[in-house]
Amino acid sequence: MQKIQIITIIVNLLFILYIARLIIKGKLREEYAIVWVICTVFLVIFSFWPEGLELLSRLTGVVLASNLVFTGFIFAILVYLLHLSVVASKLHNNNKKLAQEISLLKEQFDKYVKEHKK
Amino acid sequence: MPGKVLIVIPCYNEEASLPSVLDELHQTTLPGGYQMEVAVINDCSKDNTVAVARKHKATVLDLPVNLGIGGAVQTGIRYAKENDFDIAIQLDGDGQHPPKELGKLVGHHIESGANVVIGSRFLEKEGFQSSFLRRLGISYFHWVNRVMTGKHIYDSTSGFRLFDRSAIRIAAANYPDEYPEPESLVLFSKAGLKIAEVPVIMSARRGGQSSIRSFGSLYYCIKVSLAMFFSFIRKP
Repeated sequence: MQKIQIITIIVNLLFILYIARLIIKGKLREEYAIVWVICTVFLVIFSFWPEGLELLSRLTGVVLASNLVFTGFIFAILVYLLHLSVVASKLHNNNKKLAQEISLLKEQFDKYVKEHKK
Repeated sequence: MPGKVLIVIPCYNEEASLPSVLDELHQTTLPGGYQMEVAVINDCSKDNTVAVARKHKATVLDLPVNLGIGGAVQTGIRYAKENDFDIAIQLDGDGQHPPKELGKLVGHHIESGANVVIGSRFLEKEGFQSSFLRRLGISYFHWVNRVMTGKHIYDSTSGFRLFDRSAIRIAAANYPDEYPEPESLVLFSKAGLKIAEVPVIMSARRGGQSSIRSFGSLYYCIKVSLAMFFSFIRKP
């Protein structure tokens, strides 16, 4: 086993452990963790089995195996970023609705208090 | 029974201009015997907008976070819907929209039965006409609106507009946050509402700043064009 393989395996395992810890502590929701877990699992698989990467790149016609890794991961990151933008838009909308609801309730409450003071 | 009209005034730091606007509003009577209520929507102002509005006997809707003009207007529209108003009229708090022109909007609504009535600066060349670049942008939106709604709307960026019950229902459910004026027209026209324009005389703002400033104007054009296009192709 090569040095770089050992390093990748250790780093990946630490990363998975950290994600697990975040989920257990309730700081990370599972739906956001799925992508990271899958990516890390792939990395672990190919750090144990680098020939598989060579095989895959020959199948897809990519000359250099590392290019396949970069392309794949950049694509995954883009998709994940888009997903985060969707999440942010949803939160934005929910936030707007809540703010409007609060202002309407505040107004109702003020009116109610005023009427009952008389 | 006379109908009820809600005047929606979205405000962000308008303490300087708001008193005169509210005073003028209280002296205004509407055609058709409509009863008027004034709602000031405070979009998280840093000044005394709320206190000023309360002092002048306006209903205050106080937003806990800054939502932008569209979110603020929608708050007023939702208030109109929940409290069963017949008409909601948006009027800017900076004094650009003189309250004495309100009668023209309401009058036109009664005559024509249009669901949305826009107070337009350009049907007659009178009063404040805004800068050259602003007018260039406005004529661009006139063109985009003609393509997307098939209607001639000259002042599609005017925020001085009347919503009737069906427009209130639509806007309460779906109203854009940023720069909502041109985009919402696409929404209304897709819903089959009748949109009309009536000439009004506007004045230059008495205080505060436009939400569209030089740096943002390109962003404004791109954002609104995109938003209009997607509202256009979206299924209602």
